[in-house]
Amino acid sequence: MAEHRPVGVLSPESLAAIRVVFFQECEEHIADIESGLTALECGDCDPELVNAVFRAVHSIKGGAGIFELEALVQFAHRFESALAEVRADRVEATPDVVRVFLRAADTLADLVQAARDGQAVSLDRTGAISEELERLAASQAAAFETFDDLDFEPRPIAFTPLPPAAGPQTWRVRFRPHASLYAKGNEPLVLIRELGRLGEAVVELDAEQVPMLDAFDAEDSYLSWTITLTTTADEAAILEVFEFVEGDCELVVSREAAAAPPLPAPAPAPSARDAAPEPVEPRSVGPAAAPKDLTAIRVDLPRVERLVDLVGELVVHQAILAERISAETSRRSDTVAQALDDLSQLTRDIQEGVMAIRAQPVKAVFQRMARLVREAEAASGKRVRLVVEGEATEVDRTVIERLTEPLTHMVRNAVAHGLESPERRSALGKPVEGLVRISAAQRGGRIVIEVADDGQGLDRERVRALAVARGLVAEDATLVDEDIDNLIFAPGFSTADSISDLSGRGVGLDVVRRGVQALGGRISVSSLRGAGSTFTLSLPLTLAVLDGMLVSVGGHGLIAPLASLIETVQPRPADIRRLGASTSLLSIRGSHVPLIDLGRALGYAGARETAAPHGVALLVEDDAGEQAALLVDEVLGQRQVVIKSLEANYRPVEGVAAATILGDGRVALILDITAVIAAERRRADHANVAA
Amino acid sequence: MSAAPKTILTVDDSRTMRDMLRLALAEAGYRVVQAIDGIDGLERLDAEGADVIITDINMPNLDGLGFIERVRGDLRHRATPILVLTTESEPEVKDRARKAGATGWIVKPFNPGKLVDAIRRVA
Repeated sequence: MAEHRPVGVLSPESLAAIRVVFFQECEEHIADIESGLTALECGDCDPELVNAVFRAVHSIKGGAGIFELEALVQFAHRFESALAEVRADRVEATPDVVRVFLRAADTLADLVQAARDGQAVSLDRTGAISEELERLAASQAAAFETFDDLDFEPRPIAFTPLPPAAGPQTWRVRFRPHASLYAKGNEPLVLIRELGRLGEAVVELDAEQVPMLDAFDAEDSYLSWTITLTTTADEAAILEVFEFVEGDCELVVSREAAAAPPLPAPAPAPSARDAAPEPVEPRSVGPAAAPKDLTAIRVDLPRVERLVDLVGELVVHQAILAERISAETSRRSDTVAQALDDLSQLTRDIQEGVMAIRAQPVKAVFQRMARLVREAEAASGKRVRLVVEGEATEVDRTVIERLTEPLTHMVRNAVAHGLESPERRSALGKPVEGLVRISAAQRGGRIVIEVADDGQGLDRERVRALAVARGLVAEDATLVDEDIDNLIFAPGFSTADSISDLSGRGVGLDVVRRGVQALGGRISVSSLRGAGSTFTLSLPLTLAVLDGMLVSVGGHGLIAPLASLIETVQPRPADIRRLGASTSLLSIRGSHVPLIDLGRALGYAGARETAAPHGVALLVEDDAGEQAALLVDEVLGQRQVVIKSLEANYRPVEGVAAATILGDGRVALILDITAVIAAERRRADHANVAA
Repeated sequence: MSAAPKTILTVDDSRTMRDMLRLALAEAGYRVVQAIDGIDGLERLDAEGADVIITDINMPNLDGLGFIERVRGDLRHRATPILVLTTESEPEVKDRARKAGATGWIVKPFNPGKLVDAIRRVA
């Protein structure tokens, strides 16, 4: 029959576009599923919650079907069947059931990701949870077994059509619609036309049943047709044309060779009034039911990125304009000055507005943490109650992407090492369920995220003993509690074997801190023995602009990030000590720090006479807290700069984190303080070895 | 198909499905009006009319069954063909949709050919 029908196929481009939309939408659905289930877990009994979760799973299944993602379709189907039981009140949404659903949601997310990345999915990964879902759905099967009279209509599913019989055959089709056929919006004319597409059709109308006008009911059915069809199509193809009207008509299809049995006398057709739809109770449609899309539009990310870039240029050019005008007009008129100020204010407002477009709530990251908690829970045998606060807090996308790693560490540590075992907790008189609280808030241009647990807290005596043993602090050092707690971030504090029985806090935390500091962020911990620990992570709201100090070295502009700058000093010759051939130390208030000639370090100039420098030193601190003084020619002042990636625009350069464009149009490099200090240390080591 | 392109109203909360329908229908020469749920569907139907309606069943705000009942209850649209999107796994949905007044159904996943076939059988 295929040869009779146009089999439309979407172009590969169209399919690819839909695929992108599908996976975007999957992410939204999974977020909806998780937030719905989390609300259920918290005891919210709104039936719409289950409905919304069901719809989301159902939509994923539907889309997956388009792309023939069989594993995803099957799993979503099982998930959906189990949810249907809860929706129909046959299964109660107990905490245990919701937990199964939450794990199913995790698996679903995995399958979506695997499908997107084109990976095969092993059945082991879905097996256990699939079985649990099936068990939940099984209550329905059990219910069906007890009702033998449930009538199921067998439906033919896709099969390979038999080759058509040799040569065309003639069929007789007798078709008498019931009134209900019309009531559903079906139209005999259309059906007969479709039948005609199968071959050659001769149509006879039988209008004998049409009554006299006074007995005529416009909504009743009086006409019937006999169609003689000569076609190569088989009976199934003919029946398929009438698929939608099965039960709403009398239909007899017979091979022409055999005489068609006469149609039975017309049964009294159901009156149109019976067939007409019942008056419908309008469903309640509150204001909350307004389509949510109306106040939001979707924009492709690349368009927003382009806008962010353009606004960056705008900021730079506005600054260029301001500098040129002040340089070229000796006496600035008040009106020009006023207009410039207005322009500058407007530019800043636009920049803020554009950055706000790219801002996203931290919710997505937090939801990932919820999953992490569940996994850590399963791995450790602990019971955890996760409380999430401030998930609507918005930060720039660039920051969101970088939040996951440090948060993952903090959350995993909180469950694995912060919380005690259920037995120990009950022995201590604490609730068996441990508490992990993740919160986000905006404070003073930064986002502050806290991960708190009500576990055992840090054992300060052991932290200190370990730090001393590892040579990180002197044995007699005076340390306040806070100093001791934060020793856990020190490089070299933790090794894999040492910490797990302490509280595991040290594992990889120096790495986490380095990552956070590289983003201009800070991480710290406070702890109360026996009552728990709180990790605090603070990051700038955006990684697109940076507060820096503009300095000049050998005629080049350089930006030192303010976050790593401690102070600027004017070194006196007496403060400088030479150490070997190429190393100098600067004495600042009694302590000595390496003095790095930035011009030489970056290859701008030959070695300067460091014994008698003309210039200024920037006292800076690297991510590990190591200090150094950077010798520069001149400090030009504080600037907020738009960050341009060197890696994206040029190539990575040692000691340089990124670049920016200054008000006068020149490019200035943004220093990577940690890398500058590390490179200098390597150079000095080499020089000393050589000497 | 007649010279003036037929207008198809699609009602589905899934963007993937809306896109799929839109592209397949546009390629087949139909004019497409999209709605994101039953309420939106009623509004679009009022504003733009439709020669055929294709609707999903599971939707927020007003689901497919409620939508069909409301369309059939409106004298202007009681004969407008309505196709419901359903899946192999939910035969009972098809029956409920028919009771509500659906003209026919399209089983997901469908290819554009099947979609156009279904439309041709109702309009």
